[in-house]
Amino acid sequence: MGIGSPDSSQESIVKLEGVNKWYGDFHALRDINLAVARGERIVVCGPSGSGKSTMIRCINRLEEHHEGHIIVDGMEVSDDIPTLEQIRRDVGMVFQGINLFQHLTVMDNLTLAPIYVNGTPKHEAEEYGRSLLERVGLADQAYKYPGQLSGGQQQRVAIVRALMSRPKVLLFDEPTSALDPEMVHEVLKVMVELAQEGVTMIVVTHEMGFARKVADLVVFMDEGRIVEAAPPEAFFSSPQSDRARQFLSQIISH
Amino acid sequence: MSVSSARSSVRISADVRRPSPIVQGGLFSRVRDALFNNLHNTILSVVLLVLCVDAAWNALHWAVWGAVWHTDDPEMCKQAAGACWAIVGEKYRLILFGTFPYDEQWRPFIAVLLILGLAVISAFRSLWSRYLVYAWIALVPVVLVLMLGGVFGLKFTDTHLWGGLPLTLIMAVVTVVFGLPGAILLALGRLSKLPAIKALCVGITEITRGLPLLVVLFMAAIMLPMFLPQTLRIDKFVSAQIAMIIYFAAYAAEIVRGGLQAVPVGQYEAAEAAGLTYGQRMRRVILPQGLRIVIPALMNDIIRAFKNTTFVSILGLYDILGATSAATQDPKWVQFAPEAYLFVFMLYFVFCFSMSKYSESFARDLSQGRNY
Repeated sequence: MGIGSPDSSQESIVKLEGVNKWYGDFHALRDINLAVARGERIVVCGPSGSGKSTMIRCINRLEEHHEGHIIVDGMEVSDDIPTLEQIRRDVGMVFQGINLFQHLTVMDNLTLAPIYVNGTPKHEAEEYGRSLLERVGLADQAYKYPGQLSGGQQQRVAIVRALMSRPKVLLFDEPTSALDPEMVHEVLKVMVELAQEGVTMIVVTHEMGFARKVADLVVFMDEGRIVEAAPPEAFFSSPQSDRARQFLSQIISH
Repeated sequence: MSVSSARSSVRISADVRRPSPIVQGGLFSRVRDALFNNLHNTILSVVLLVLCVDAAWNALHWAVWGAVWHTDDPEMCKQAAGACWAIVGEKYRLILFGTFPYDEQWRPFIAVLLILGLAVISAFRSLWSRYLVYAWIALVPVVLVLMLGGVFGLKFTDTHLWGGLPLTLIMAVVTVVFGLPGAILLALGRLSKLPAIKALCVGITEITRGLPLLVVLFMAAIMLPMFLPQTLRIDKFVSAQIAMIIYFAAYAAEIVRGGLQAVPVGQYEAAEAAGLTYGQRMRRVILPQGLRIVIPALMNDIIRAFKNTTFVSILGLYDILGATSAATQDPKWVQFAPEAYLFVFMLYFVFCFSMSKYSESFARDLSQGRNY
């Protein structure tokens, strides 16, 4: 185990090796091993409290892991601030709570990080922002404030914001869970398009239709462990573990 | 069309839109409904109305019709039935400018005009830009030269000669201009993960908040010089000013901290995930949102800082209230001191009320999602 081991070659953009994490005495992540190849889409599912969000939040260190290694594009996630800032530049994130900057217009939300983090000239960042907004069908909303948009529109802006610094991997933390059912579709549509363009994505979601359509690998977690992982057809047609079978029957029969 | 199950039933809503049947009456009918709706309330209303009219009549009679507006002879005032506003005309130079040399009083007058002018300009939010900040910074040496003199052929006037309105305004402005950034630093420090910085900021905030302003002023002006070498004598005005800044910063820091903690945790996370540095996260994301939440509370503190300048008179500095009490020592006019004080109270009220109204309109704008 370690940075130099053969399978941590440049093939994997994100690699978790023997990752463990505790909240006090509670063992939140137990021996997580996952290597995500460039250009692949991983869907992480599982019951609430199973550690899905905690796991992806460790990748850009919104949460701290206590054991093991997390390597992003060859850089180890640690307390070293310059490395961490570089990693966060390479990792875009979309949140369940959307978290657009409420005091900034859509356009300013998009250009904040490119201008201040990457040093992109303002007009260049705005041009790129406009082209991305157009692709998600929000070109006419650029100078509105987040509070003036619907939840679905806000989440699409948040996806564009995550794309602005041309990240090498996108993390989605339950991006549709807080949205009205009518708005889930428009967000998923954007995510499917991204997936089809070959963007590397790690998606925590309960949208099994999305997993079926775009995932290269479905990872099932329970009680802080990765219990099962398989390509979507195999995972949905013949889950191996009892826990996964039970989970699938719950979400399909509801 | 109605639908029923075993015990519940429901009917499909009619598809019509109608104007609201609730009619808002005019002023007359609202007054009648509220004050004269039955015998008991009518009697009470009439009695109170008579008392109010009588009190207003007496007040107007004293303050307006019976008042002496202009005279340089205090005997005229003594014979009059009403107020003696003439004292204001007689003593206004002393009230407004304190002991500043009489012939040089055009200098503090210009200083006051500059400060007030820039304050009024700053109030227009459409004019907000970095040039306004530069203008405030440039104002400091200009006001200092005007007040202190000693260059450009202006006579040197030491700070112990400063007084009246310019002293009050300068102290208030300097307190806020230095105290607000201080408060932000104290608040950020208090929320810091670094234990030494956190302890220092908690210490400064809590010790200062635990002391009355009078004690802080005494410590700055009287005790501090005792510990410092003779050569390091700090000017009384400067030490009072430093005390005011620290006192303001300590109180405002807790307000700012409240604002920072009211910013949803998701905003911190999104800023972190975007790769912004600590300074960028605070400057671009957290402070703009946290501060606007607490603008009304901060304005309250700013108004208090303005009024707290009156405390410096215990150190022998003549702020506008101190200058007024000095001005009314003249035995010929001493009995008309209340009129002079009323004049100064009006001045205070005008300043504080406009600040309060301003913060109200500002908060209203912000709540409508307008941004600056």
